[in-house]
Amino acid sequence: MSEHQALKRPIITLPFILLAAVALVGLYFLAIRFTSGMGFVTNLNSGYAWGIWVVYDVIVGTALACGGYALAITVYVLNKGEYHPLIRPALLASLLGYALGGLGAFIDMGRWWQFYNIFLPWHMNFNSVMLEVGLCVATYILVLFIEFSPTLLEKTGAKGLLKTLNKVLFFFIALGVLLPTMHQSSLGSMLIAMGHKVHPLWQSLHIQPLLAVLTALIMGFAVVVFEASFTAVGFRRPSETPLLTRLSKGIIWLMGLYLIIRFVEIILRGKLGLIFAGDLGSWMFLLETILFVFPLFVLLSPSLRQRGHYLLYAAVSMLFAGSLYRFNAFLITYDPGPGYSYFPSVSEIMVTAGVVAIEIMAYLFLVKKFPVLHNADPA
Amino acid sequence: MKRRDFLKASLGGTAALLSSGAADARGNLEPAEDAIGMLFDSTLCIGCKACVSKCKEVNGMPPVAMEDETQYDAARDLSPQTLNVIKAYMEGVGTHKDQAIDGFAFEKRSCMHCVDPGCVSVCPVTALRRHPKTGIVTYHADACIGCRTCMVGCPYNVPQFDYDNPFGQIHKCQMCNQAGVERVDKGMMTGCAEVCPTGATLFGSRKALLEEAQRRMTLSAGEIYNYPRGDIRKPESHHEKQVPAYQKHIWGEKEAGGTNVMHISAIAFDKLGMPPLGERSYASISETVQHTLYKYLALPAVALAGLTFVVRRNTSDDEGGDS
Repeated sequence: MSEHQALKRPIITLPFILLAAVALVGLYFLAIRFTSGMGFVTNLNSGYAWGIWVVYDVIVGTALACGGYALAITVYVLNKGEYHPLIRPALLASLLGYALGGLGAFIDMGRWWQFYNIFLPWHMNFNSVMLEVGLCVATYILVLFIEFSPTLLEKTGAKGLLKTLNKVLFFFIALGVLLPTMHQSSLGSMLIAMGHKVHPLWQSLHIQPLLAVLTALIMGFAVVVFEASFTAVGFRRPSETPLLTRLSKGIIWLMGLYLIIRFVEIILRGKLGLIFAGDLGSWMFLLETILFVFPLFVLLSPSLRQRGHYLLYAAVSMLFAGSLYRFNAFLITYDPGPGYSYFPSVSEIMVTAGVVAIEIMAYLFLVKKFPVLHNADPA
Repeated sequence: MKRRDFLKASLGGTAALLSSGAADARGNLEPAEDAIGMLFDSTLCIGCKACVSKCKEVNGMPPVAMEDETQYDAARDLSPQTLNVIKAYMEGVGTHKDQAIDGFAFEKRSCMHCVDPGCVSVCPVTALRRHPKTGIVTYHADACIGCRTCMVGCPYNVPQFDYDNPFGQIHKCQMCNQAGVERVDKGMMTGCAEVCPTGATLFGSRKALLEEAQRRMTLSAGEIYNYPRGDIRKPESHHEKQVPAYQKHIWGEKEAGGTNVMHISAIAFDKLGMPPLGERSYASISETVQHTLYKYLALPAVALAGLTFVVRRNTSDDEGGDS
């Protein structure tokens, strides 16, 4: 019947208990945030209105949740059916990542009790990039849930519903490709309106949406490679390295395209000198570029890319590269002007850690209870 | 065969959409018809902070204490309780007024009421609005979700969020014309302009203020000029003063599309903490990109149709599209 099965392992393990402890600490500070105000938990100020709750939980977090997006393009648009075994765990990670991105946005919302205003047509501002992001992310969370629901229905045995769903699923898969393309590019467009506060090396104006969607895809594929390799190691399941090696060839094109556009923009706008300015921006740019180039080097080498752990290093490097690109643009080199500084407080970090812990706990629970992972014996 | 034709057609459509979108790129917004504004002349400011105090009185905000004493107002910067503040520039020994080296100067910080406001452009729920007639940028808490995009989208870091209040909101200067205050609608001037003893903060229409600023640019240092106080349309009084060596730069005439609150000074504006802005507003670039991609939602609709077609075809190959 299904090619997927639940991992028959105990839910309550030592890592699970540790994660629960982190989640509890996060929830404690979250309670303070909602009763006393954000100022008691975060180091946000008038110059830095967005801290790690937005930049990590939403902007980086949703890109890390692009595995489902990247694979949907590969399997359903480019018709590479052989990658099908990877799609369920990727979809689950995407669903959780996006759901918690949405939760992160809600936690950060200063007037959260009015959050629904963004869905009311008479309040909408169609010039706002933030509106597009908000509506698109909310819809995509629903779409991801629908895309993932066959896994839940298989378990509960609702055969009739499953059959109906499978008939219309193609439409939701198509939406599941369109929506991330839209809001991931918009996350880039958001930087345009932030204007001079964005470091020139990251302020690419009209190119922002393209660079954002490319980094989202790179991170999406990296997360697929990472999860597949890591699940194989962590749960001692057979490795899917041959499959991943083939997938990496596509990643090479993506990374090459990204680096070319990134550097051509910098050269054409005469910003090349800033790379060697020796300040924070220049060092962060160099670090970010190394993190992008290293995986490209690994993937281009026929011998290195066949080896599982090198593939894992490459994936990790890509994840850091894409995350750093966004962190740099939105926070690290972001400069609202003299007199402002920001570094997240311990309680602020703990809230983010708590949110991530909940995400991982949910993932572990679901793969052990529902048919998410592909059968150990290839069908 | 069919699919190829379809893809070709949708790609052609995409190209057409992109080029048509680029054709109607949005430029900077123009100043409102009867734009109301203020002109701050840094060389006239003596740092008395009467404007800071009056602003608090009009807007019902408490004065900021210095250590334990409440003396007048000791606000150092904008905050949820301070919508207008006078900051000092000091260099070297700091003894000569309006001199970049070894001198000092005062600079006002408050909402500039941009002609093409970034905050209005980025707000997802229209909680910030530019008045179509007066150009005054107002805030509406009933719409606001507290996402603080206005704060990152403001080149001057003007909108202030109450982080210490669990039910906080954004605070910004609304030119004393918000509901319940409405000084401008009643024919009054802003609180800060009303109390300014030297006319450093002058109230009036943007047009008249810009003319006044341009006139001051033509004066030569050392000559005597009769400076008006209060409302430029009907000044309460004038005072004669030697003209300083103005920088030939009216801040807000053109910066990022211009502002209704304009500044002039004898010291370069970057030294006074003004941001590095060109003439094009970032809002206009952002909206051009956004409307190119999302005009009538045509591009997403075409993309969705194409994707649905391709995905359907690819999923029917392996029986019912198991996911």
